[in-house]
Amino acid sequence: MSSNAMTKPRTPVRPARILLHLFLAGAALAWLAPLLWAIYSAMRPYAETSEKGYVSWPDTLNFDNFTNAFTQSDMSHYFVNTMIIAVPAVLLTLFLSSMVAFYVSRFDFRLNLALLLVFTAGNLLPQQVIITPLYRLYLLIDLPGITMSGKLYDSALGLVLIHVAFQSGFCAFVLSNYMRTLPHELTEAALVDGASVWRQYWQIVLPLCKPAMAALATLLSIWIYNDFFWALVLISTGENMPITSALNNLTGAYFTDPNLVAAGALLTAIPTLIVYFVLQRQFVSGLTLGANKG
Amino acid sequence: MTTNTTKEIPEAATVPPPGAAPANKVPHGHSRLLTRRDRITLGLMAGLPTVLHIALVWVTALASIALAFTTWDGIGFDSIKWVGLENFKELFTNNPQFWPAVEHNVIWFVVLIVIPTPLGLFLAVQLDKKIRFSRVYQTAFFLPVVLSMAVIGFVWQLIYNPDTGLINSIIGANEPGKYIDWIGDPDLNLWAILIAASWRHTGYMMILYLAGLKGVDPSLREASALDGAGEWQTFKNVIFPTLRPTNTVVLVVTIIEALRAFDLVFVFNKGAEGTELLSILVTNNIIGESSRIGYGSAIAVVLLLISLIVIIPYLVATFRKERRA
Repeated sequence: MSSNAMTKPRTPVRPARILLHLFLAGAALAWLAPLLWAIYSAMRPYAETSEKGYVSWPDTLNFDNFTNAFTQSDMSHYFVNTMIIAVPAVLLTLFLSSMVAFYVSRFDFRLNLALLLVFTAGNLLPQQVIITPLYRLYLLIDLPGITMSGKLYDSALGLVLIHVAFQSGFCAFVLSNYMRTLPHELTEAALVDGASVWRQYWQIVLPLCKPAMAALATLLSIWIYNDFFWALVLISTGENMPITSALNNLTGAYFTDPNLVAAGALLTAIPTLIVYFVLQRQFVSGLTLGANKG
Repeated sequence: MTTNTTKEIPEAATVPPPGAAPANKVPHGHSRLLTRRDRITLGLMAGLPTVLHIALVWVTALASIALAFTTWDGIGFDSIKWVGLENFKELFTNNPQFWPAVEHNVIWFVVLIVIPTPLGLFLAVQLDKKIRFSRVYQTAFFLPVVLSMAVIGFVWQLIYNPDTGLINSIIGANEPGKYIDWIGDPDLNLWAILIAASWRHTGYMMILYLAGLKGVDPSLREASALDGAGEWQTFKNVIFPTLRPTNTVVLVVTIIEALRAFDLVFVFNKGAEGTELLSILVTNNIIGESSRIGYGSAIAVVLLLISLIVIIPYLVATFRKERRA
C-alpha cells in the first residue's frame, strides 16, 4: 500500500484507503468531541440545561454565556495582565537567548559547550524543583516604587523574569543550532571588514535567523500565555493574575454554573487557538526544531 | 561560498580595525581579531542572560538542596536551623502522601508512554502516507496541545462532573444514590485525569514522530517494498529503527511531562486523595496552610534527583553527538 503511495502523486482510491480515511475522520471527530461538547454546553442557557439535563436537544442556542462570562468577571482586565507579562517576556527571551546563541555558535571559546549545557538542563527541570527558594527570593527582594507590590513577589516584573530565565534555555539551544548552520564566512568577512561584534550579531546573523525566531516567538507566546503555575504561586493578588491562572479564581466566584465555566474556559482558549490556526507552521516547526536536533 | 555571502553583508566598514590580518584561512580565529570593545560586548552578551538564568534557575535549585536539610518558617534568616536528614526521614517514613505521590508520578509516566505515545506514533505513520486531508486530521489531533492545561482541566470537568457531566448524564449516573464521582473517588480520579492528559499527549507525540518520519529516507522504504516486505514489516524493520533519535526525545519529553504534571490535577481537585503528585506536595508546602520550607524543599530535592537521572545522560549523549558533528 505504501509503496504505491510513494511513487504516484495521487493514489487511486482503494478500499484500504477509504477505511483509513474513515478511521482518521472518526478519530479526529472523537478528538474534537470534548471541545465540541464544551462549545455546545456554553451556548445553552443554564435554565434550559438544568431543566432538561445537559444531554438533550437544544431549544435555544446563543452566545449569552460568553458575553456574560466576559463582562461579569471583567475578563478584559486579565487579558491585559497577560499581555503585560507575555509581550515583554517573549521579546526579552528571544533577545537574550539569541545573544547567548550567537556567542556560543560563533566564538569558539572553551566555555560554550558548558554554557549551553547549563541552559538546556535548566530548561528541563520541573518548575517545582526551584519554586520554594524562588518564592522566598521574590519575597525578599524589595523594589519600592518599581513594582506595585514593592517587591518582586506579586508583580508582573517577577513573572517576566522567571519566564525569561526559564525559557531562554530552550531558545538558546534551538537558536545556536540554527546559527551553526549559517556559513562561518559570513561573519568572518564582516570581521575582516572591521564590523564590530554587535553589528555582526544585529545586522548579519539576526536577520538570517528570522524563520527560527518566528517559530520560537509563536511557541513562546503560547507557552507563556498558557502558564498556570508560576502565576499561581508568585502572584498573590487575584487582580494581578494573568488570564490562565485567574480562570481558577473566577470559577466559583463568577462562573457559577457549568455553562458559564465552559464559556469562560473557551474564551481563555481563543487567543491560543487564533495563534495556532494562523501560525500553525511556525508553531509546529518550533516544537520540532528543538526535538529534532536533540 | 564567499561569493554569495558577500551580498548579505551590509556596506563594509571603511576603516579596517588596527592589526586585522586576513582571517579567511583561520576557521575559528575570530577571537584574534576582536577589539577590546568587542570583547566587552561579547562578555555582556553571554554574561547577562547567563547571570539571570543561573540566579533564578540554578541558584534556586541549589538553595532547594540546602534548605532540604533545614527547618525554616521563612521569617528572618535567624530561624533557619540545620536538621540534617530529619526532613527526609519524616518524608520517607511518616508522610502518608509521599509514597502515593511517587506512585502516581510513576503511573503517570507509564500510562503516557504505553497509551498516547504509541497512538501518536500510529497516527503519525498513517498521516505520513501522502494522504488527502492530512493537514485537517493533524490539526484536530494537535489542537489539545495548544490549549493550556488549565483549560483542558475545565473542559474535561464538563465531561466528568458527577451531576452535570456528559458521562454520568449518558449512563444515568447523575442522580443521588447512583453517582459515579470521577473527580472525587480516589480509585477513579487519577485514571479520569490521565485520560485528559493522554488526550493532549497523543497530539504532541504525533507531531514529534511526524517530524521524525519526514527525515526517513524514502529510498529505504522503496527498497524494503521491492524486497517484498509488507507494511508492518517495513515499519518494524526499516522505519522504526531509523526513528531512534526521535524515540529518545519522546522518552525524555514524556518523563519530564510526568514529573511536571501539576496544572491539570490542581484544576481538577487540587491533588486530593487519589491524585497526589510530588509537584502538588511541593506546592502545598508553599501556598497551603502550612508553610514548611525545609520540608517542601526535601520533596523538591527528590523531584530534582529523579529529573537529573533523566536529564544528565540525555544531555551528555546529545552534546557528545553535537561535538562530533
